[in-house]
Amino acid sequence: MKNILVIAEHDHATLKTATLNTVSAAQSISGEIHILVAGNNCAGAAAASTRIPGIAKVLQADAGHYAHHLAEDLAVLIAGLAKDYSHVLAPATTFGKNLMPRVAALLDVTQLSDIVGVESTDTFVRPIYAGSLLATVQCSAPIKVITVRSTAFAAAASEGGTAPVETVPAAAPLGVARFARQELTQSERPELTAARIVVSGGRGMGSGEGFKLLEDIADQLGAAVGASRAAVDAGFAPNDYQIGQTGKIIAPELYIAAGISGAIQHLAGMKDSKIIVAINKDEEAPIFQIADYGIVGDLFKVLPELFAELDKLPPA
Amino acid sequence: MKILVTVKRVADYNVKVYPKADGSDVEIANVKMSMNPFDEIAVEEAVRLKESGNATEIIAASIGVSQCQEVLRTALAMGADRAILVETGAAPEPLAVAKLLKALVEREQPDLVILGKQAIDGDCNQTGQMLAALLGWGQGAFASKLTLGEQEIEVTREIDGGLETLILKLPAVVTADLRLNEPRYVKLPNIIKAKKKLLTTLSPGDLDTVLAAQLTTLKVAEPPKREAGIKVADAAELVAKLRNNVKVI
Repeated sequence: MKNILVIAEHDHATLKTATLNTVSAAQSISGEIHILVAGNNCAGAAAASTRIPGIAKVLQADAGHYAHHLAEDLAVLIAGLAKDYSHVLAPATTFGKNLMPRVAALLDVTQLSDIVGVESTDTFVRPIYAGSLLATVQCSAPIKVITVRSTAFAAAASEGGTAPVETVPAAAPLGVARFARQELTQSERPELTAARIVVSGGRGMGSGEGFKLLEDIADQLGAAVGASRAAVDAGFAPNDYQIGQTGKIIAPELYIAAGISGAIQHLAGMKDSKIIVAINKDEEAPIFQIADYGIVGDLFKVLPELFAELDKLPPA
Repeated sequence: MKILVTVKRVADYNVKVYPKADGSDVEIANVKMSMNPFDEIAVEEAVRLKESGNATEIIAASIGVSQCQEVLRTALAMGADRAILVETGAAPEPLAVAKLLKALVEREQPDLVILGKQAIDGDCNQTGQMLAALLGWGQGAFASKLTLGEQEIEVTREIDGGLETLILKLPAVVTADLRLNEPRYVKLPNIIKAKKKLLTTLSPGDLDTVLAAQLTTLKVAEPPKREAGIKVADAAELVAKLRNNVKVI
């Protein structure tokens, strides 16, 4: 039997948690699991990969041209390695979504996006139409190239393993793309996709200033702040706050939606949250159909009240 | 500079789709169809590049059934100069679409290809990246800003933590994200004018491309429904429930 290759998403020093969810998806297939860490001075991320229990081998490719994870260059490396594997998996983050179709095309195989279930070694479940339907698809390609929706698979353990590291040579740079700059949102709050609690605002917030109310509550709860596409479109919140079909997919323990009506495109990104709270002045808003707790009311009144109530709350 | 822009015909953004009665696939008979919203953004960007004097010709391409002519006419009404339909049966897989587009690129020699980042039916988000791979070109996926130079294009991309800017050698492939632009409203005189623009129909055979499917859909179903919960009177009751009943805060 051939083995499974997981492409690590990392910042060279540490692994992104979505990598652990991807390992967990790989564990539900069958075969030995190897992890590829391709980066620049990425020994830290490679060492973190060796500590994941059940990993047979960590491949490390270290080169200056992997510093910014350019899909053009990484795809050549991965396609070269992939011939020895039955499955190649990466997280369905912007990193994996950018990279894996390129890998698949170089291998002349189809690609499966955003899987949420593994039925067998060749059959997978994936959402279509913004998650309003689930398709079960069978793949006849000799190498299955897959991106994994991290919220659908519990994170694998990150400590306890002792896998060996094998150095693999970098592939030559393609020379068609180069990195210019990056502007990352600076925030003290947890990352949206990893947060235990998310407080999110929609068009009903009325303005960017309205989001200040949400941010105060988020800070009380140690939560991340999210937004609907409508709020992003209206310029109330930056795009990397966006939750939904075209933004991030999350499944926190608690999701508080304020001024969000609940368009299918938004529900696609949060309906797997454990507890959903909706605050909306429109009693008929579709968000109430999936909310565990709903408050019908003006959010400019409800949110300050919520802030005051949380302020009174003794530590759990 | 010549731009190739791609458009897909999909179930309209506002339509709720259901599985077929036998669960074998999605039921799209009698469903209102429209241009994929991300492709509208792609067409808009191409038209703006022409209006600003950066592009000389825009070719819109679609792949699929003959009714895809409708979305090509929309692209022409938005400002594309001519259109090509590669007529196939049901929608081919992204890799097959990328191969057909590669053949079109070789025929038309554009300097830039702009696609929507994903189609809202299959939500695959693959075709642009695959096309770039097959051509050996650079890819600016999930673009929110383009700055066109003589030999290069600067692409600002939406990534998980914020924005990233890459510089790609031309020719290159770009896929449009939501904030790249806001597509224009198509005016009636332009719809009439679009009827006179050239729309060519080709077959995969004309492009020497054989379509091979590697995926079989075994089942399409609705996900388990989430039950609606209860309404609470105010913030105090909400906080009490969250603390005492479900213990999440």
